[in-house]
Order: sequence, then C-alpha cells, then structure tokens
Amino acid sequence: MKSLKLIVGGTIAATAALSTFAMAGETVDSIKAKGYVQCGANTALAGFSAPTSEGKWEGLDIDLCHAVAAAILGDASKARFTPLTAAQRFTALQSKEVDLLARNTTWTLSRDTKVGLNFAGVNYYDGQGFMVAKASGITSATELDGATVCIEPGTTTELNLADYFRAQGMSFEPVVIENAVEAVQTFFSGRCDVYTTDASGLASYRQTAPNPDDFMVLPEIISKEPLGPAVRHGDEEFADIVRWTHIAMLEAEEKGITSANVDTFKKDSKDPGIQRLLGTTGDMGKALGVSDDWAYNIIKQVGNYGESFDRNVKAKLGLERGLNALWTDGGLMYPAPIR
Amino acid sequence: MSNVAIKPPSQGGIVNWMKENLFSNKLNTVISIICIYFIVKFLVGVVDWGILNAVFAADASACKAASDGACWGIISEKYRFIIFGTYPADEQLRPLIAMVWFVGLIVCSLHRSFWKLWLIPLWVASLIGLGVLMWGGVLGLSYVENTQWGGLPLTLMLSVVGTVAAFPLGILLALGRRSELPLIRVWCVAFIELVRGVPLISVLFMASVMFPLFLPEGVTIDKLLRAQIGIILFTSAYLAEVFRGGLQAVPKGQYEAAAAMGLTYWQTMRVVVMPQALRIVIPPTVNSFISMFKDTSLVLIIGLFDLLATAKVAITDPVWRAFYIEVYIFVAAIYFVFCYSMASYANNLETELRKGEQH
Repeated sequence: MKSLKLIVGGTIAATAALSTFAMAGETVDSIKAKGYVQCGANTALAGFSAPTSEGKWEGLDIDLCHAVAAAILGDASKARFTPLTAAQRFTALQSKEVDLLARNTTWTLSRDTKVGLNFAGVNYYDGQGFMVAKASGITSATELDGATVCIEPGTTTELNLADYFRAQGMSFEPVVIENAVEAVQTFFSGRCDVYTTDASGLASYRQTAPNPDDFMVLPEIISKEPLGPAVRHGDEEFADIVRWTHIAMLEAEEKGITSANVDTFKKDSKDPGIQRLLGTTGDMGKALGVSDDWAYNIIKQVGNYGESFDRNVKAKLGLERGLNALWTDGGLMYPAPIR
Repeated sequence: MSNVAIKPPSQGGIVNWMKENLFSNKLNTVISIICIYFIVKFLVGVVDWGILNAVFAADASACKAASDGACWGIISEKYRFIIFGTYPADEQLRPLIAMVWFVGLIVCSLHRSFWKLWLIPLWVASLIGLGVLMWGGVLGLSYVENTQWGGLPLTLMLSVVGTVAAFPLGILLALGRRSELPLIRVWCVAFIELVRGVPLISVLFMASVMFPLFLPEGVTIDKLLRAQIGIILFTSAYLAEVFRGGLQAVPKGQYEAAAAMGLTYWQTMRVVVMPQALRIVIPPTVNSFISMFKDTSLVLIIGLFDLLATAKVAITDPVWRAFYIEVYIFVAAIYFVFCYSMASYANNLETELRKGEQH
C-alpha cells in the first residue's frame, strides 16, 4: 500500500510540476530555431480542422496556425499539424509535443488554471443546441420532457445536457453512440427524438439528412462554448503572439483589408491605425518580438478573419456569422486596439 | 453370378445432390424453398444496390439522387486519402513503392526456399530503405515527418514490425516462464500477466497520454514509436503464452533424449524442441497475428491515422458524410484480403510441414 501511495503521489507531483513550468520566450525561440510551428489539430472536424481528399489540412483553426507561422517566421506554410484526440490534447501540449493547441477547445476556468493552459482568445463562439424531426411537432427545448436523446459520450455536451434537463425539471433517456457520424444517422433513422451537439455541428449534420427539410434546429442554445487557441501556462511571449495574431485578423476585417488588397493599403493608406497594423509606422512587431511586417504577412498569406471564416466554416458547413460577426455587425468579435 | 454385389447406380450430378440433400422429404423441401427465396432476394438486392443502381463517379449530388444505390463515388473521391492518409499528395508514389516492396518482402520471406541466413541482412537493409523512402530528407527526397504518415502503409508497418519484433520476444518470454532460475521466471510471469491483464486500449493510452509526463523536461519520444512499442509488448505477452503451450506439448522424452546426447540448453531448444513446438502452435500463432493486424486500428484513439482512422476521417467531410456504409465496406474488403491471405498461408504451411508425418 505504501508503495502504491508513493507512485500515486509521485504521479500527481510530476503532473503538477510539469503543468506549472514557467518558460517565458522559450517556445518562440524554439520555433525560430526549428523553423516551423507545431500545432495540435482536431483529427477531423469539418470547417475547423480536417484533411482534404488530398491529405492537406484545412479549417478555421488550421488557418490560425498558419497565421502564427506567418507572424513569427514570415511564412504561413511553415506550420505542421499533429492530429490529437480530445483525451490527448492537453498532455501533448504539456509534454511539448506541440507548441500550440488550435483544436476547438472550450475555454473554461479549470482548463485555464489546473490543467495548465493559457487561452489566447476566442476564435469561434459556439453553443449547444438541439435538432428534432419536424413531424414531432416540438418547437422548443422546454417541450422535450421524457425525450430519447442521441449523444456522443465523454464530451461537455453530455454534461450540459444533464445540467439543462435537471435545471428544467425534465427527464430524458440518453442513447449513447461513440461516433458522431453514426449518432446522427441513428437520429435520422428515428431511433431518438432529439440529437444534440454544438450548434455549428447541428447545422452541418442537418444538410446530410436524406431530406433536410424534415428536420429543424430548436432556437434554444443551452451552453456557452467559447472555442480558442491555447498555449502552455507561463508561456507569456508566445501567448501574446497568438492572441495578437487573432486580433490582427479581426482588425484587418474591420478595416476592410483582405489578402487581395493589402498591398494597396500598405502603399497608400494614410490611416495611422492601418499604418501601425501593417508596420509602415511604429514598432508594434518589435514589442511582440517579431518583425514589424508580421500583420502584413498574416493578411497577405492567410487573409483576414472573415476570409478564413467564409472559406472554411461558411463554405463547408453553410453557417452564417451569427455571434462570430464583428462587433460592428452585432457580433462578439471585438478586436483590442493595436497601438 | 446373381450374388455378386453390384455397384449402386451412379448418383452424381447436381440434380441428384439437390434431391438428396435439399428435397429429400416434405419438410426439407419447404425449408429449402424458403431459404432459397430469401437468399435470391438478398443477392438481387445486393446486386441492385451495389452495381445496377450504384453511382461510380465522384459526384455527391448524383449520389444523393440515386437514393437506392450505393455511392462508390466516395471511394473514387477519397481512396487516396483512405489509403495514404495525410502523406503529401505529390509524394504518394513513395508510400506506394514502400508498401509494394514491404508486401513483396513479406511474401518472399514466407516462402520456404527463401529461409536462408541472408534473409536477415535483407530485412535490415529493406527496413533502412523503407525508412529513407518514407521519411526522405536525403537523396533529393523531401522530408515527410511521421505525423503525416497514414492509411494502409501505417497499418502494415505497425502490424508487420509488431509481428517481427514480438515473435522473438514472445519466444524468450515463453522460455523464461519455464526457466528454472526463479528471478527470470518471476519477471516473465509478472510481465505476461500484467500485460494480459489490461486491454490494448489502456496500453496505448498509457503510452500516449501518461508516459510523456514522466519523461524529463524537453524530452519527447515520437508518438508513433510509443504506439509501436506498446503494440510489440502487448503482442509478445500473448505470443509467449501460445509458445508455452507448444513447449508443453513437446513430449518429455524429446528433452531427455537431447540431454542424453549432451546438447546444451540452447542447442536443445534450437534443434530439438522449438521446431516441433512452433509447428504445433501455427494455428494459434496466426490467430494472434490476425487479431493484432485488426487491433492496430485502435491507434485511432491516440490520433494516428491508420487505415480505419483515415476511413472515419474521410466520412466527416460534410459533402460525403451520408455515404459511410460504402467506405466501411471498402475498408472491410482491404482488411479481409490481408487477414484471409494470412489464414490461407498458415494452412498451406501447416500441410507442408506435416509432410514429414505422413506415412
């Protein structure tokens, strides 16, 4: 028993020690030395991080990673991807297998503290919703008492569902199916009354139904899922670069700068905000520890946030901007000033 | 003359066979007709769905329109990804050559006329060659890191390297378990029972999630290597028990005869006991290999893109998501070809090696 305690104690100590290492600047230096950014990506989530038929990685999270490579190394193609499962992702980051976790990870308090992550912003606001068959006559989630629900196990989805039904004083019968694709097909075949996952997923899955008009997504969103990139706790310099890379992409969209017209802006713009962003005046890049044309490289090689959203999330999943629109369009994307 | 037994009239031909076996009495006739009806209906359905109404072009909208037929278009669209994973598309000739070479090498190694000592250096040289081909970085080949490897080459590599490494390890463990030296015996028993006591999933999980946390700061061992070592250790424990069964089946007289001739322990094992023991355990050994070949698909849970994982990733594409059955059939067919070849080879080998016993 004593030795078992020792082993368990040792494990906890080792985990704690690893998760609280301070490594200021180390990651950026190692990225510059090895010449590429190693990103942890989702094994496959269309629109966010998924390989194409040619085996090339594409998605909103993938673009962010390319943008970080453009900011630090000046070349967006210098990003490599390690596909990670939900269970592996935090260990992979802590053990330095990857530099950056861009894998649709929900920003929560416990992950920001005891898991040892450092979230560098939110690049997609998601939330959990419900899909039902129109024939059922259900129009609101409050009418779901006693429903059978198809879900995938081991995700926050499952926990949110239980929380929501308990809070509403309703009961449900879970039908747990390991794989999302099969869970959805099971729902379409009528085995369950409801299918639940993040709203971005519901919209795209509905498109794959034999007849999409037979199904509808209920208006209620029962959870907040701010998804964002994460770095190791204590890795402030690198966290700053990732955070401002995302902000630069938002700022570019707000100012109307795209990958196509960025050169014109760089040459002609008299707007001091744009000049600072593109590095023609000021030394914003130096403050971050990268070259002054960092944001120019991001916009030129990857594009602004809107471009990335349109070619990934919108093109693949058919989703509109919604909460992810700029604040000027009534969304939540509000870039902090670059000055 | 009339007492001479005459041969019964010839009962050959399919009609007679059916009369005897399917329609011998009323009950049998009814059962046969019902079964034939369902079999024919099923086959017609399969042909209709799989061939006549199927769409073969990589066109998702055509597939959706043909709702009562298979959509082989998803295979036309995704076969490269399913077979090669995220290996860069322009370089896919490299894993293809590697795969053909690998399979060729295995087929040669399986034939008895190739069982010579030079097979060992050939294997070593081939493995180095395959490494160069897959990684590149020299001889003008671009560097491809192994997180990009995937599909069939990865499945073959994990299982073949697993087999080749686990085989000798299994023999040593089996011998160790029967050893008269307590230290060795206890070690081997502990290892075998520990590994057999946990599922492969948890071994892979330990290797990919827990193990990196115990390494010193800044040291990482490649994810693929960790999974490969996990598979080798796991398989060797099972093989050890298979071999132990073989060792026990060799009659005691053989050991005594070898000892009487003054052979040392290793000579006894190599010349007398092992050849007999290994021949006895061919069926369970092949069984282990086949199950290991399929078990490699569990690396999916640690984010490696083996053949089954690439298939699952292929059907997450929103355009093609509805046609997952076709993808699973395609992958099942590939698995079947490999597993069935292994099983038939083992049958042949058994007959071949048993020739000595025929009198």
